[in-house]
Amino acid sequence: MKRVIGVVALAAAVFVAQGASAQTLKQVKDRGVLNCGANTGLAGFSLPDAQGKWTGLDVDVCRAVAAAVLGDSTKVKYVPLSAKDRFTALQSGDVDLLARNTTWTESRDTTLGLNFTGVNYYDGQGFMVRKSLKVNSALELNGASVCVQQGTTTELNLADYFRANKMQLKSVTFADADQTVKAYDAGRCDAFTTDASGLYSERLRLAKPDDHIVLPEIISKEPLGPSVRHGDDQWFDIVKWVGFAMIDAEDLGVDSKNVDEMLKSANPEIRRLLGVEGNFGEQLGLTKDTFYKIIKQVGNYGESFDRNVGSGSALKIDRGLNKLWSKGGIMYAPPIH
Amino acid sequence: MAVESVGAQPARVAFYNDPKVRSIAYQVVLCVLVVLVFYWATTNALDNLQRAHVASGLGFWHQAAGFDISQTLIDYSASVSTYGTAFWVGLLNTLLVGVLGIILSTILGFTIGISRLSKNWLLSKVATGYVETIRNIPLLLQLLFWYNAVLKALPDIRDSHKLFGSYLNNRGLFVPEPLSEPGFGFVESALAIGIVIAVAFYYWARKRQMATGQQAPVALVSLALVVGLPLVVFFVLGMPLHFDLPQLGRFNLTGGLALQPEFVALLLGLSIYTAAFIAEVVRAGILAVSHGQTEASYSLGMKPGPTLRLIIVPQAMRVIVPPLTSQYLNLIKNSSLAVAVGYPDLVQVFTGTVLNQTGQALEVVAITMLVYLFISLVTSFLMNIYNSRVKLVER
Repeated sequence: MKRVIGVVALAAAVFVAQGASAQTLKQVKDRGVLNCGANTGLAGFSLPDAQGKWTGLDVDVCRAVAAAVLGDSTKVKYVPLSAKDRFTALQSGDVDLLARNTTWTESRDTTLGLNFTGVNYYDGQGFMVRKSLKVNSALELNGASVCVQQGTTTELNLADYFRANKMQLKSVTFADADQTVKAYDAGRCDAFTTDASGLYSERLRLAKPDDHIVLPEIISKEPLGPSVRHGDDQWFDIVKWVGFAMIDAEDLGVDSKNVDEMLKSANPEIRRLLGVEGNFGEQLGLTKDTFYKIIKQVGNYGESFDRNVGSGSALKIDRGLNKLWSKGGIMYAPPIH
Repeated sequence: MAVESVGAQPARVAFYNDPKVRSIAYQVVLCVLVVLVFYWATTNALDNLQRAHVASGLGFWHQAAGFDISQTLIDYSASVSTYGTAFWVGLLNTLLVGVLGIILSTILGFTIGISRLSKNWLLSKVATGYVETIRNIPLLLQLLFWYNAVLKALPDIRDSHKLFGSYLNNRGLFVPEPLSEPGFGFVESALAIGIVIAVAFYYWARKRQMATGQQAPVALVSLALVVGLPLVVFFVLGMPLHFDLPQLGRFNLTGGLALQPEFVALLLGLSIYTAAFIAEVVRAGILAVSHGQTEASYSLGMKPGPTLRLIIVPQAMRVIVPPLTSQYLNLIKNSSLAVAVGYPDLVQVFTGTVLNQTGQALEVVAITMLVYLFISLVTSFLMNIYNSRVKLVER
């Protein structure tokens, strides 16, 4: 798969006369379907069920963009990508949008030809070990074998952390998450590392989830967010404001259930959000009721969080940093004005 | 000018109808076209990359890599090594598995190929069964089988099989590492001297056999020189060697030499798979030698062993070597399936992690392709040299 994508990218870069720039909105509308780069399977973020229906926090980003652009949140083609294939797929135009628990970093933002549109989950890297090892802290992992997925910031943070704490590391890397988790489960490694949200999600897939614990240390900042190709500002703005609108909606107490009543609200902020007043969706090159459609079909950020990873899901992750700024977290969106 | 009409000027043909001029013109046009396409593709690619703000060029080669690699033959550390060093680590890992795979699959393939022609019913049927089973199952499945079904099923590190200070578990095979003490240099010199004398003895014995027909016990004498001599020196010096035993720490075994399951799975998978094809090549080669050669050899009083070794195989090699070369090339290229079992070969490290961290697909993929091309061409070149030595020399 990776080589196929590599070669496609190569061929695309060499032979496509006009690189995909400033055309994404038109292409998506003409195609009638949004190509969205998703994880190959990470519970809570993007995972297809037995009927092939995708759900997850990242999937909701794809659905919201489809609702905004095409008016229908189901018009999405999910392209499952491994960690190391994801950027090439976006660069080469295989996907219009990458919503695949991807950490926003300086080098990715500047040298990979992509733009991050915001943060939809503030995460940090952690470790999982077997309870039987009686390890209570990541600082006790000197000399341990650690299973890690290739082509991730995780791989780099792991080497950094062990180096900074003068510990011996034996990393064992695999190309996809599935192989990595299987190897850890089979006892190939003492510890497994990935973003903390991923640890909780992957633990459900282990043979005996209760035999494993997540260590308390969070060793890195992992702001996860969607990204688009560099050079198409209109598309960049659309994806960015789809994310902001979902956060603003939660801030204003608008959700998928009360959105129709809220149309009659006297609050000018809500009226602007839902397109009753002003022409904020049109400024993006879409329709007035763009944000209304997102909230109606997908919901606000809080609903999406609870349904996929929070209290309403199997993962039951505490919202922590991902609470709204007004409730002790750092989720904050600029106003629609 | 074989024919020239007398008295008349040779019919002048318009220059554009001259076949020579035409063929040159066609070639020039083709060359120009190829160059133009190449130029357009390159500049276009650079343009597109620049417009998309994707970094280009080979500047990444000297940047710090920052990731760890599980098996390194040269010094490598996440803190100081560059992407360039990571490339060499991956390349050496590819070459290691390639070279060892070629050696193992050749030995196994020749054994099976010859066994298939054996008069022993059981032996030949077992060999046939091996070939038919192995070569009809995709290599990727076999690799996954070795890695997931065989090696991961080994006991956990705390319940390792222990034997003579070695440990076998699902993290690999850990054996004591021999470390030399002062004086071990004499043993090494003894080995070198033994090899030199053994080679000299071989040539002397062959010359004498040519001249007088007397045979000398070359094998026994060589064994004594190459193995016996260093051993004697070793014991006389009071065994200047100690072993670094693997120790079970809190998490892992430390010390000793470790053979990782990823490497073993890839090596086994590649060798066993390619051996099945080599066996068929060898069988075909041997069958290509006329049966009359065997009969002639027997009637001269030679035994079956020397007949095979001295009469049949040298003639069969002419048929065997060219297809054997392509099997070797297949093995090297198939080693890129390492990615399926997490072995850090060139593709896994360079086209995997380095490509992802730098995002420079164009450069990384192009370099990897060139490297595989180069390795394959060198292998072909060496095999061609060998082929020209064994091929039929017409006198």
